[in-house]
Amino acid sequence: MRVLRVGEDALLVEVSSGDEAQALHAELLRRRAEGSLPAGEIVPAARTVLLDGLSDPARLAAELTSLRLPPVSPYARETVEIPVRYDGPDLADVAAHWGVPAREVARVHAGTEFRVAFCGFAPGFGYLTGLPARYDVPRRATPRTAVPAGSVALAGPYTGVYPRSSPGGWQLIGTTDLVLWDHARVPAALLSPGTRVRFVPVTGSAA
Amino acid sequence: MTDRALAVVRAGALTTVQDRGRPGHAHLGVPRSGALDGPAAALANRLTGNPPDAAVLETTLDGCSLRPRSTVTVAVTGAPCPVAVDGRPAAWGAPVRVRAGSVLDVGAAFSGVRAYVAVSGGIAVEPVLGSRSTDLLSGLGPAPLTDGAVLPLGTPGEPHARVDAAPQPAPPDELVLRVTPGPRDDWFTPAAVRLLTSRAYHVSPASNRIGLRTTGPALERARRDELLSEGMVLGAVQVPPDGTPVVFLADHPTTGGYPVIAVVRPADLPAAAQARPGTPVRFVAVRPRRRLSGG
Repeated sequence: MRVLRVGEDALLVEVSSGDEAQALHAELLRRRAEGSLPAGEIVPAARTVLLDGLSDPARLAAELTSLRLPPVSPYARETVEIPVRYDGPDLADVAAHWGVPAREVARVHAGTEFRVAFCGFAPGFGYLTGLPARYDVPRRATPRTAVPAGSVALAGPYTGVYPRSSPGGWQLIGTTDLVLWDHARVPAALLSPGTRVRFVPVTGSAA
Repeated sequence: MTDRALAVVRAGALTTVQDRGRPGHAHLGVPRSGALDGPAAALANRLTGNPPDAAVLETTLDGCSLRPRSTVTVAVTGAPCPVAVDGRPAAWGAPVRVRAGSVLDVGAAFSGVRAYVAVSGGIAVEPVLGSRSTDLLSGLGPAPLTDGAVLPLGTPGEPHARVDAAPQPAPPDELVLRVTPGPRDDWFTPAAVRLLTSRAYHVSPASNRIGLRTTGPALERARRDELLSEGMVLGAVQVPPDGTPVVFLADHPTTGGYPVIAVVRPADLPAAAQARPGTPVRFVAVRPRRRLSGG
């Protein structure tokens, strides 16, 4: 674990794997909930957790170096089920990358237990991990100018669901009608770091 | 009649509703947003008797014109500019009474970029995640003002401040930004780190609420591999592939994949909000006030 200084009142804690980053994030959230970690923002990412709005970053940095991480409990969070039609325009390309028939993409993807590693890019956009490394796919060579809201997409080791229409270079494998972000709802974001996710295949317009 | 509303006669180039933003949601991908020149917005609220978290208008270079439907007290702060009510000159940086149906004109800034217009009662659009700020990166909050739009106003609380004119810092002729090196200064050559603090940069016209972009020599990276996405802070000096530093302002993305060579002290960012394109930028390396043990 490396603790890097970020300006006057933030720290970036760097670990060696995505799993470790998720365990660190869970432990930091636990400490904040019990009142022993005053932090304005706790922002997990691929291999780091950013702690912002700290009153005494120097002291916290010293404490963090002796932090022991308990493993992430698989039962700590609820599971969100996302109904999905596996009808994306890049399904055939993804199947080719994986070296499997197109229908096999849906079977593998829907059979995977995902976890939201972190959010970013847009409010409510989660970077979901869970697929084995052999299923990593590159981004598309030319990004689309408009990816429809509800698109279920893959890039690198991640799965994501576009909360609203936006430009994007991810490989589109399906569509959901579930609303990922609604600022009038509590909570606004369906997915937050640590949420477990399963994709449930549906056919027709019921997704 | 007590129609607490404000009609937009002339929206200007870019006028948005801003308050102190929505910090605390970065883990969901929600930018902090909020007034870029926080002290100017706070002063405008104080002058009109508003609480410090009331929403104000943030204009860009050419001001705006507004017609309140009830009699209000307004104050214009930030970028110095002509202020007029029904064509008659009025005070900048002081409380001004505007009668129902009169037109307040906030003119083009003499210097600086962003003027703040507080109206007694505050702009009372529906808050999103606890803030009325327009976030231009993610589209949260009210859309930028358009001609003919009508904004609801809240109920005035305190009487306005009894001052003739409040002192305000002048927009910078040279933007001095104190930076703490890191967290990714080791991704750059030692020469690049020296170059950053060599007075060679200017404010780029491509700057916006997301970031203060710069023009100047490219900063050379010592590492060619890709940085995985990591959390970003306000004031982060991020270096995209073209090598010219970008200082993250209020609407910055919450995560990013380009290395951050240094972080600007938050106290220096209000001046960045008022620096016009072409203004020289001087990055000055300072040590954190509290050092990490052993580092």
